[in-house]
Amino acid sequence: MDLNPYDSARQDSARQDSARHDTARQDSASQGTGPSAVPSTAKILIAGGFGVGKTTLVGSVSEIRPLRTEEPLSDRSVGIDDTHGLSAKTTTTVAMDFGRISFSSQLVLYLFGTPGQERFWFMWDDLSFGAIGAVVMADTRRVADCFASIDYFERNDIPFIVAVNCFEGAPRFEADDIRIALTLKPEIPVVLCDARDRESVKKVLIGLARYVMLSRSQATTASRG
Amino acid sequence: MTPRDSHGERWFDQEAGPIVRPYAVTNGRTLPDSSASFGLIDVVVATGEGPYGHFRPGPEHRRILGVCRRPTPIVDLTSEIDLPLGVVRVLLGDLTNEGMLRIVSAQRQPVPDQRLLRMVLDGLESL
Ligand SMILES: Nc1nc2c(ncn2[C@@H]2O[C@H](COP(=O)(O)OP(=O)(O)OP(=O)(O)O)[C@@H](O)[C@H]2O)c(=O)[nH]1
Ligand SMILES: [Mg+2]
Repeated sequence: MDLNPYDSARQDSARQDSARHDTARQDSASQGTGPSAVPSTAKILIAGGFGVGKTTLVGSVSEIRPLRTEEPLSDRSVGIDDTHGLSAKTTTTVAMDFGRISFSSQLVLYLFGTPGQERFWFMWDDLSFGAIGAVVMADTRRVADCFASIDYFERNDIPFIVAVNCFEGAPRFEADDIRIALTLKPEIPVVLCDARDRESVKKVLIGLARYVMLSRSQATTASRG
Repeated sequence: MTPRDSHGERWFDQEAGPIVRPYAVTNGRTLPDSSASFGLIDVVVATGEGPYGHFRPGPEHRRILGVCRRPTPIVDLTSEIDLPLGVVRVLLGDLTNEGMLRIVSAQRQPVPDQRLLRMVLDGLESL
């Protein structure tokens, strides 16, 4: 396959056709074992307001690693895309953290803490494409901080559960009170957790995986009639 | 002021780490010259082949090829070589265009399939 790097390949349709082509071609070549085995990869997003415990949660079940990403201050942020003036441009750097749980050489689960501030939302589509789902962390002292995440996941049809991080001294509520405060649909699980506790975080992740399996299989059944 | 190196391509700054203007590594390109899309958890591997054309891999290209001697998820690659994701994507585009690297596993559906979900659930339950 001869790819002309300067053709119109950035148009979405062309992009996807060729991507599909690539996968088909590559799948047959990707069989292997040992160090050359190709791992299956999956990801879960950890969202919620500033300081709610995202990094803590990820760190409780995995080793935190840094990930740098940056947004060029071009069309999206400035409104003008002067591609020729790039040397004069600046980029904003977003430092994110992610965790990695490797179940075996064949399966790796990534946990991505989503950068909270709105100007980093350009990352969210990237992060959420192909994700299993999201854990939205809430702090009972400021539940409204997670509204933006919930809105995003609802709008983009990304399954999520709410994990209430129980800080000492924070008011205790029943899961149902939180559900009402957040105006969640009744089927969305709300769990109480301690982000510092590995067992507690495991339960949260298992809760999400179960919920997603159930809701996806119901969606399939429903769409078949 | 940050000094320019002799090739006028890269900027260095002792405090900020080696590259303060990350896109200088890509000569200012912010999108890959490639039709492939590089998802965060897609897996890439070096083919071990030379370039199709007269392309000369730069030091960052070579670092990527080094890490990708074994199949590597893009997020791990990015973290390991400590360049921003956007830069890594441009460099990956160069390498795939030249047949020096390929995507061996890619997420093409917005939603993972039930088999993967089951594997993850089983994995989490046995943690
Ligand atoms: N008591 C208590 N403290 C916690 C808990 N989870 C996190 N913390 C503390 O809360 C602070 C913020 O936690 P982080 O994990 O950094 O929060 P974050 O959501 O990653 O924060 P940003 O990335 O800055 O938005 C840290 O000092 C944590 O030690 C918890 O469950 N209980
Ligand atoms: Mg954090």
